[in-house]
Amino acid sequence: MFESLTDRFDAILTRVRGRGRLSEADVDDALREIRLALLQADVNLRVVRDFVGRVREELVGADLSRSLTPGQQVVKIVRQELVRILGGEALKVTYASRPPTVVLLAGLQGSGKTTAAGKLARWFKAQGRNPLLVGADLQRPAAVEQLRVLGTQAGVPVFSEPTDPVTVAKKGLEEAIRLGRDVLIVDTAGRLSIDAELMEEVRRISETVDPHYTFLVIDAMTGQDAVSTAEAFHRTLELDGVILTKVDGDARGGAALSVKEVVGRPIVFQSTGEKQGDFEVFYPERMADRILGMGDVLTLIERAEAVVDQAEAEAAAERLQRGQFTLEDFLEQMQQLKKMGPISGLVGMLPGIPKEIRDSQIDESMLRPIEAIIRSMTPEERRDPSIITGSRRARIANGSGTTTTEVNGLLDRFREMQRYMRQMTAIPGMGRKLDRTRGKAAKKAAKKKKNRGR
Amino acid sequence: MLILLIVLVALVVVAASATLVVTGRRRRSALPPDRTRAPLRGDTTTREAPAPGQAPTRAPPVEVPSLDAPPGDVEVVEVEPSEAEVAPEPEAEVLVRPRFRDRLGKARSLFAGYLGAVRSRDKIDVVTWDELEEALILADVGVDVTSTLLDALRARVRAEGITTPDALVDALKADLIAMFKGDRTLHLDKTLTNVWLFVGVNGVGKTTTIGKIGLRQAQDGHRVVMAAGDTFRAAAADQLALWATRVGAELVRGNEGGDPAAVIFDAVAHAAAKGAELVLADTAGRLHNKVNLMEELKKVRRVADREPGHVSEVLLVIDATTGQNGLIQAAQFAAAVGVTGVVLTKLDGTAKGGIAVAICAQLGIPIKLVGLGEGAGDLVEFDPTEFVEALFEEI
Repeated sequence: MFESLTDRFDAILTRVRGRGRLSEADVDDALREIRLALLQADVNLRVVRDFVGRVREELVGADLSRSLTPGQQVVKIVRQELVRILGGEALKVTYASRPPTVVLLAGLQGSGKTTAAGKLARWFKAQGRNPLLVGADLQRPAAVEQLRVLGTQAGVPVFSEPTDPVTVAKKGLEEAIRLGRDVLIVDTAGRLSIDAELMEEVRRISETVDPHYTFLVIDAMTGQDAVSTAEAFHRTLELDGVILTKVDGDARGGAALSVKEVVGRPIVFQSTGEKQGDFEVFYPERMADRILGMGDVLTLIERAEAVVDQAEAEAAAERLQRGQFTLEDFLEQMQQLKKMGPISGLVGMLPGIPKEIRDSQIDESMLRPIEAIIRSMTPEERRDPSIITGSRRARIANGSGTTTTEVNGLLDRFREMQRYMRQMTAIPGMGRKLDRTRGKAAKKAAKKKKNRGR
Repeated sequence: MLILLIVLVALVVVAASATLVVTGRRRRSALPPDRTRAPLRGDTTTREAPAPGQAPTRAPPVEVPSLDAPPGDVEVVEVEPSEAEVAPEPEAEVLVRPRFRDRLGKARSLFAGYLGAVRSRDKIDVVTWDELEEALILADVGVDVTSTLLDALRARVRAEGITTPDALVDALKADLIAMFKGDRTLHLDKTLTNVWLFVGVNGVGKTTTIGKIGLRQAQDGHRVVMAAGDTFRAAAADQLALWATRVGAELVRGNEGGDPAAVIFDAVAHAAAKGAELVLADTAGRLHNKVNLMEELKKVRRVADREPGHVSEVLLVIDATTGQNGLIQAAQFAAAVGVTGVVLTKLDGTAKGGIAVAICAQLGIPIKLVGLGEGAGDLVEFDPTEFVEALFEEI
């Protein structure tokens, strides 16, 4: 149920059962699906082509595993390759023997460099370092002011002056040495990769401060263009790593794969929100799942954990398994669901849902009549719908502004749902998925609960 | 809490198999009723400047009703233009509105070189179609819209007997241009206090766009008030303040962390009191998948639309480098606050902005403006023919 791509492949590859290997034709069919999924995820077309070519070799003639369906096997191999590309050797930040360690940030306008600079400062501080922020973006109105505020929030000093970016960088370095700061983070203005003059400027900044780390800051929702941007910046600056921003959005994030392929340097950090603490090490597995359109389950789980009282949820789950899940429970769960975000968005995150259903506008307006009907019931009726006779039905229908037919409909559908939900709790692997994320997600959820708001 | 997911899935599956509540209940349309409000009389292209000393023709300002936000939260800081006439930046002085083609130079050449190969062939074959598909996908038009376009093109080829790649490309151009429908005017009724609300995700260029539009409107003779409705981002109001000074508009700002709706309401009240007909309301960038932020935005729009304010445009700013997520952005923002038009920014880069095609084709939201740089004058009206021609033009 949780492997939509797998299902698609299984459907295509059913005729494979009985044979020992995947034929070329089988593989081509499967790869067409992969190509589609990757393009929809914004992976650059040329990167997709190369990727598919490589995976093809692995798939053709691959022995069919006994424990996996052909579909699962294809997905497994594809995912493995994605994780390999996205991950690979992690960048371990080491510090210069002669301080300060200089970090230069570059990228397009609006990618999130200044916000990332603030976060990096905080991150370095948490590592026990004493960073200095340098505001070398003199182009964007109030960019330096923004950095100053972020610096204050992070407890890190900020240096800038209204001269020119190269001079600011140079003097910033001198200032760091003077103050005995051991890390220097240089924020630069956003610039187009085809703006020769500005690319030359950032090259000169780089030359002036000789960074130990040059990071390209790139927006996770970037489309096909990610490749040309990354290539250009890499050519000019020789990047050491990439910072992926706005990962808390719902973009599939194919840009990450494109950039990684093209630049060959690790994605070091990901920015997962607007608060300074929303900054973490990059997780290749999560991104791989997300690009394939499968990773959202983990996001869903995280979101659910953030809104729900754990003990209560477990109690409800137990009741479900014992066949005691009532309309009351259902109503309660619907309230929690609503807190997780727009229903249509949540549905979009569920893999395994066929396109027609996904597209059929399931949203809050669907929930409203259901809620109204349940609310018009007495507690006894919610606990035991079998007592709902004609007169009760009429009362409920009136109270909720619906018809008795609709009330019946809900009761029938609820019975179906109870059965269906019982089955789902029995699926193996659910527990494992839960455990894997429990630690991390629970910590995050606890933090999110504290920082309610953004 | 996995139970939540179970409940969700159960809901979805069962709901899809049969409607849970059988009813004449209307499906909620993607765009709320606000959007279909009839366009107002008058638009921004009228240039008559008010005669000096002429009193503004509008109803006297209404008493400001109390708001949810605690009073005293908002400070009205008027950034008055300097004594003499407004002294904008040199680039703004010379408002030679840039032409699409000039700025799209690089992008055009990248794309055109590509299609040049297609055109030089003497017949239409599989490779031709592959290359066309590739060109469209590389432009971020998206797989679905590309398929639709090419299927239609294939039908045209059969029906019209198109045989040369040249003619094929021309036909594709024509089909693309035809995809851009909708009312592209910016609505401004001079008898009202118009509010143009700018929305979008983080980093797309909302504030910069407001600066550019402010300049144009000021030069067209309209009195503009800017509302610093981004109360979240560090120094956001400072950024807008600099633009206000640059273009000679007034600014209303509040405290950082304050209620954005209150700021915008105050800006509207101020505009009404001063006889300014246009409020350009900035909002904080927000990811559309954040419930609480979208709820906040809905409230902002509601408040902005209260008398004496009249929201006549909700402009969604979209970055031309955005991939397919742009479509989801557009859909979600439209569903939340009703989008009357898109401003496509950063089109002077290497990105082709093909997501605009998808947005127009699938959601029917018109692209009204295009941003072509960071300068105050770098804004043009969207012209489908120029957009498509510039993309396909040979160098």
